[in-house]
Amino acid sequence: MRRALLPIDRHIAQRVGFTAITLMAFATVLPIIAVVIYILVQGLPAISLEFLTGFPHDGMRAGGILPAIIGTIYLTIGTAIFSVPLGIAAAIYLSEYASDTPLTRTIRIAIINLAGIPSVVYGLFGLGLFVLFLNFGTSILAASLTLSIMTLPVIISTAEESLRSVPQAFRTVSISLGATGWQTIRRIVLKEALPGILTGVILGLERAAGETAPILFTGAAFFLPRLPHSPFDATMALPYHLFVISTQVPEMPIKIQYGTALVLLVFVLTMNLIATVIRSRARARRQW
Amino acid sequence: MDKIIIENLSLQYSDGIESLRDVSLNIRENAVTVLFGPAGGGKSTLLRCLNRLNDLTEVKAASGRILIDGQNILDPTIDVIALRRKVGMVFARPVVLPLSIRGNLTYGLELAGEKRRSKLDEAVERSLKLAALWEEVKDRLDDPAIALSGGQQQRLCLARSLALQPEIILLDEPTSGLDPISTGKVEAALQELKKEYTIILVPHSVQQAGRTADYAAFFLQGELVEYGEGKSLFTAPKQKRTEDYITGRFG
Repeated sequence: MRRALLPIDRHIAQRVGFTAITLMAFATVLPIIAVVIYILVQGLPAISLEFLTGFPHDGMRAGGILPAIIGTIYLTIGTAIFSVPLGIAAAIYLSEYASDTPLTRTIRIAIINLAGIPSVVYGLFGLGLFVLFLNFGTSILAASLTLSIMTLPVIISTAEESLRSVPQAFRTVSISLGATGWQTIRRIVLKEALPGILTGVILGLERAAGETAPILFTGAAFFLPRLPHSPFDATMALPYHLFVISTQVPEMPIKIQYGTALVLLVFVLTMNLIATVIRSRARARRQW
Repeated sequence: MDKIIIENLSLQYSDGIESLRDVSLNIRENAVTVLFGPAGGGKSTLLRCLNRLNDLTEVKAASGRILIDGQNILDPTIDVIALRRKVGMVFARPVVLPLSIRGNLTYGLELAGEKRRSKLDEAVERSLKLAALWEEVKDRLDDPAIALSGGQQQRLCLARSLALQPEIILLDEPTSGLDPISTGKVEAALQELKKEYTIILVPHSVQQAGRTADYAAFFLQGELVEYGEGKSLFTAPKQKRTEDYITGRFG
């Protein structure tokens, strides 16, 4: 026969459960903190003005990583140029204009699935379409376009979600005051959704900045003695450079590897921080 | 003078719910016409037909005509934007746009192409005075509108429709969320406004219907049961169903 729980037993059960959940939460955060601290400790000695502003030399075993830093910035900007307008436009279409038809449902499913495709597949796709078929060559342009396609699902789905979270009543009121649908979107809906959209954009771009596989065949160079001059030049990039100096160069000083990793980490975490600041500021200011 | 003539209006939503059945009704200028009855009677649907806000919902079939100043506004070729400027609306829940107090009032005018600061300021002051809100907010027009109290927000919504200088004002249970003092202020404002505007009100209670109506129309399940002058309808209704509702036997 089962004994009914006494109030004191319930209290203990709650205690145990709560403690277990708290421990699990810590367990997930700990590795992240450990990684950051480890890279910081290992990489910090490598950081110097020369490391950040110089070119690699001695077969990349010495010198700086400037071309990789600049390359990653170029690729991030290039990705933003293509994916941000397209992604936001698609999100506006899906949230504000598209009615619930089999077609739009298919589009939504496609977007969700696009987000799950392994990044190396994007790389191969970019190689086939942009590098070879469209003849852009191994270039910043081809790599940016490839990264854009990979980033689009993130941007579209977060932007659509933040557009949808704008109360429907705002739209009705705006329309009732003689606004057209587009005026309502531009003046009210987009304005309110902007912080959420920006957060999605930054998170998407951040992922693009840290990816290796999509640029592997489309735009990344093993080593370049100079900075790229045009979108049709190949470029060095931080994640690929890290891969190269970790696996392809024998007798590589470990310090430089971790220094590169640290720069990449700071780059990505800074974007993350910006996204968090935008989000929390908007939340504080939100009027509904 | 009849401002609005509704002829044999029937309307069905795409989920199959019939919302209005063969409604014919003449609404007079410079008076408060009250549409009342239990929920689901078609009052709000009728209101939303008058400024074509039903365009936003899935309407399966509509038949009949609505003439405003002789023009059939259900005609798909009419200028809906111009119609909505002419027929203002205040909703049940005060929805202020996420703008300043001034921004809420000038929103519609700016969309209509008014850029002159003097005209906009003039409209802000005039409409706030009409809605009996001017004294309370004149020193903080640039504050966010959301900071106002519920009653003030609802009067701001009224002022916002008035800023466009409409001819007709539709009010869908405008005082349902308000305390009695704020409700009194809104009702008093309506009595002033009817001198210049045609007002159609869906009240939130029979008592409010009785207090405000020059003319009253009783709706039950999409059907117009009875329509007449407020005084006679509330004291001596001709239909049994109207009487039952007014005296609180159902609804």
